[in-house]
Amino acid sequence: MDNNRRKFLKLAGLTAVAGVAAPVALNSLAQASGGHGGGHAAPAAEAHGGHGEAAPTGVRWGMVIDTTKFNATPGLAEKCMDACHGYHNVPHFPVKKDEIKWLWTEKFENAFPEHTQNKRNDLTANGNFLVSCNHCDNPPCVKACPTRATFKNSEGIIVMDFHRCIGCRFCMAACPYGARSFNWRSPRGSHDGVPFIKEINPRFPTRMRGVVEKCNFCAGHLKRGELPLCVQTANKGAEGAMVFGDLNDPNSAVSKVLRKRFTIQRKPSAGTKPSLFYIV
Amino acid sequence: MYDKGTVLTGLAIFLVLALSAVGYNMIAGDNNKPEPEKPKGYTSCVLEKSEMAKSHMQLLNQWRDEVIRDGKREMVPAGDLMVEKSLQNGCLHCHTSKVKFCDRCHEYASVYPYCWDCHIAPVEPAAGKEAH
Repeated sequence: MDNNRRKFLKLAGLTAVAGVAAPVALNSLAQASGGHGGGHAAPAAEAHGGHGEAAPTGVRWGMVIDTTKFNATPGLAEKCMDACHGYHNVPHFPVKKDEIKWLWTEKFENAFPEHTQNKRNDLTANGNFLVSCNHCDNPPCVKACPTRATFKNSEGIIVMDFHRCIGCRFCMAACPYGARSFNWRSPRGSHDGVPFIKEINPRFPTRMRGVVEKCNFCAGHLKRGELPLCVQTANKGAEGAMVFGDLNDPNSAVSKVLRKRFTIQRKPSAGTKPSLFYIV
Repeated sequence: MYDKGTVLTGLAIFLVLALSAVGYNMIAGDNNKPEPEKPKGYTSCVLEKSEMAKSHMQLLNQWRDEVIRDGKREMVPAGDLMVEKSLQNGCLHCHTSKVKFCDRCHEYASVYPYCWDCHIAPVEPAAGKEAH
């Protein structure tokens, strides 16, 4: 009996020592051999989180919207909105608070609160300004998304993977532009016999209830070498009303316009670095 | 062992009863096997039939991730045909009926995937409207 207890205590003691020592030994081993692997985080964080202007690499799609042309061509903005919402099966809910917006118009003071003043020219006092997701270079919605349903793709587009959206609406709270809408009701439903989606486009899915949605810069069209639908429609109505291209390419159409014309962005002080620029 | 005879006999009876359904199906064959209607005029899919039957759901998830997250939207070959990596625009290009193709196996296996909550099912000529 005594012998057994003695053996047990010895074993327990050894186990305790091994339990404390093993993780320490393993950690030092891992650091010694995996020095390169462990070092990944540091340079990556430096590249993305630095305060300075990041060096432009790869494609970053962006757009210049000439608001003078839009306001000189009445109905053009609506045509763009119809083209976008029609293709993407954006539902039209009759109640304003349920509204789903990919592309819509705002008054100047609402679209550009930082640029407004009490004495304004006719355009900024009375005009409508086409707005959508800004596809920010520093997107707050992406940081807010807990499931990474929203992310920045390799071409600078802020894309939503609707499959992953859990409907928490953190992204809506994070977006300073109100560019995100929540499906409070099923988009497939109807009200008084009028379906929320007038004509379903079989090329694109609808959403389901409880999912957030927003403009996707027509990522599919871009991959096929086509321009986003709003840009196609706008330029049919007024050439140059929307100029689309790669902001990182100094020879792209959009870069040329940006060098030549003075443009403003929505809420620049939010620090989101929008990819949409406005000629006012 | 006590009561050897009783226990073993009981066990044997239990096993026969428990496995009778399996045995019946092995002998009689499965008469309700689903027969999804294959599209007419096409001979091959993007993978072998056995692979598709087994793992089309993994393929769809892989396509989803490649298309949305990695932007890899290139077409994939299905025999001589090139198809989009897309449920609505790829699969449904040939498989024009959800009721006669997807639903037959899914109902048999009692699985109800939520693809069609968002993706648009083809209009079924007989039913006249989309099934959900």
